[in-house]
Amino acid sequence: MSVPVLALEGFTRRFGGLVALDQLDMTVGEGEIVGLIGPNGSGKTTCFNVLTGIYEASAGRARFLGRDITNLRAQAVYEAGIARTFQRSRLCLPLSIVDNIMLGNHKRLSRGLWFNLFRRAAFRRQFEQAFAEARELVRVFDAPLAERMFEAVGTLPMIDRRRIEICRALVSRPRLLLLDEPSAGMTEEETRELMDDILEIRGRIAGLTIVIIEHEMGVIERITERCVVLNFGRKIAEGSYREVAADRQVQEAYLGVE
Amino acid sequence: MSAPLWPGAIAAGLVTALGIAFMWAENEWEVVAVLVAAAVGAVVARRTGWLEPAARAFRERESAMNRLAILGLFVFVAFFHDDHFPLLMAGTVLIYFLVCLGLTIQFGYAGMVNFAAAAFLGVGCYTAAVLTAHTAIPHLLVLAIGGAVAALVGSILILPVLRTRGHYSAVVTIAFVLLFKTFLEVNDTLGGPQGLKLPSMQVLGWTFNENFSVAGVEVSFYMSYVLVALALVIAAFALTRRLERSWIGLSLDAVRLDETAAACFGVHIARWKIVAFTLGNFMAGVAGALYALMLGFIAPTNFTFGDSLIMVSIILLGGIGNPWGAALAAAIVVVLPEKLQLIQEYRFLLFAALVILVLLYRPGGLLPRQLRVYLPGWKPR
Repeated sequence: MSVPVLALEGFTRRFGGLVALDQLDMTVGEGEIVGLIGPNGSGKTTCFNVLTGIYEASAGRARFLGRDITNLRAQAVYEAGIARTFQRSRLCLPLSIVDNIMLGNHKRLSRGLWFNLFRRAAFRRQFEQAFAEARELVRVFDAPLAERMFEAVGTLPMIDRRRIEICRALVSRPRLLLLDEPSAGMTEEETRELMDDILEIRGRIAGLTIVIIEHEMGVIERITERCVVLNFGRKIAEGSYREVAADRQVQEAYLGVE
Repeated sequence: MSAPLWPGAIAAGLVTALGIAFMWAENEWEVVAVLVAAAVGAVVARRTGWLEPAARAFRERESAMNRLAILGLFVFVAFFHDDHFPLLMAGTVLIYFLVCLGLTIQFGYAGMVNFAAAAFLGVGCYTAAVLTAHTAIPHLLVLAIGGAVAALVGSILILPVLRTRGHYSAVVTIAFVLLFKTFLEVNDTLGGPQGLKLPSMQVLGWTFNENFSVAGVEVSFYMSYVLVALALVIAAFALTRRLERSWIGLSLDAVRLDETAAACFGVHIARWKIVAFTLGNFMAGVAGALYALMLGFIAPTNFTFGDSLIMVSIILLGGIGNPWGAALAAAIVVVLPEKLQLIQEYRFLLFAALVILVLLYRPGGLLPRQLRVYLPGWKPR
């Protein structure tokens, strides 16, 4: 197998006496969709937060495409090619759809003062191109939404906000996409729609690798090839959904079966 | 199909007429009558929907409306060409507007509340006073140096400000504005509590503090200051607008709205806070240098916490992040207490009440900020 997209070794995060993430080892290969599951408070989101530079790791290492990215700042993790969504949607609600998606496109846009203030013709070309790409991406998720690019995100229903959030993460063409509970706050029907979208987009972007945190077991069963199960910050099982669902430890910890 | 221009032109004309009538009114009853007429007119226009076509003209025929606004100001100053007081007011409003453009970048975009705007204005004032008294530096350059010194002094605050998130920069800047006034009062070199006097501004041999005549018509000397202030405001306005309509404006908004999400998408929080803070303080400093030259005399009492509050309340009243809102609110906040001596004593009370009312009933301000338009007039294909 070639170099894994993501390799965690002994990844650990402590908050005072609480070990939120305990010696996690995990490997994700190119093009995989891996589920990260476990009961509330088992360290899933902490894992994402440490990985993306929001918190520092207390111990252990993270490699992305072979490169050590442990404790890089959030900006550098994004530049390296990892993009994420948040459990509680963190869109900029007063801003438009274009604004929110362009924020995710930040690394491909010119950020110099001189360029932005005085080279307006060049800015115009860059804007037009970036806008066309962003709209194309939104169209994959929902065609009508792509006609509403200049509306405030705060006026959109939850499912559209999730779509925009995923577009924001995808627009910079990351190699690794971290989805933190994309179904939160949505109905079953909406969740199914969103998963269709995610599978479709994955088919279009060659080599896109996804790690998804999810509570909806239906989602996990449908879209992941492999899952890692956490409990109290520790990995207790790993394998296909069927395998982990049959695991006694997982059932005790998570599925609540006697 | 772009919107017709005439509703916007009528609106601009009415606002100009209102400004002239307000300034023309002699006794307080007339002033109150003009105010009531303006308020009733605004409410009626809003209720009947007449405001919408005018707002569309402002949105879609932007450059034409900008020129009409400048024309309106020219009509105003031409009407009062030989009258010192209205021109002094126009100059003061423009200078406050300039400071508020800086605050718009700091507070409106980057979300850094700056309660030290009066202090940075003061830094510009004192820089101008010292430079004009002791050096022969050309006065236009003095304006720029005033801005640069204000930006430099502001950089002292950058480290503590960067350690704060969101609105907590207020605490740091409040401390600074209080220190600044005390510093001025005990500093004898800078005139202490008595302040400093400044000479007339001179540009290319033109002495500003003398009335002049154009085609036989006597013109107040304040006209020169108004024109310089207008030129500065136009430049700062264009800069502010371009900043907003760029990726930088987007980054600043992201910093204000959600630092964590912004960091996760590569936005360098500290860099943009420094840019916004420095740029805003520069504008305040330039405004200060011109203010000092126009007044000819400055003292520490001009640069108190109260003055900073007034500037922040201009932003709140006008609409956070909308430069046109700041223009309107600056005019209201500067001129109202001067015309209504009655309320001079209670102006802080009045503004506080006004700001609370606005925040309660119109949280976006009188002219709320619109969604970003990157390229005016551009439509997706």
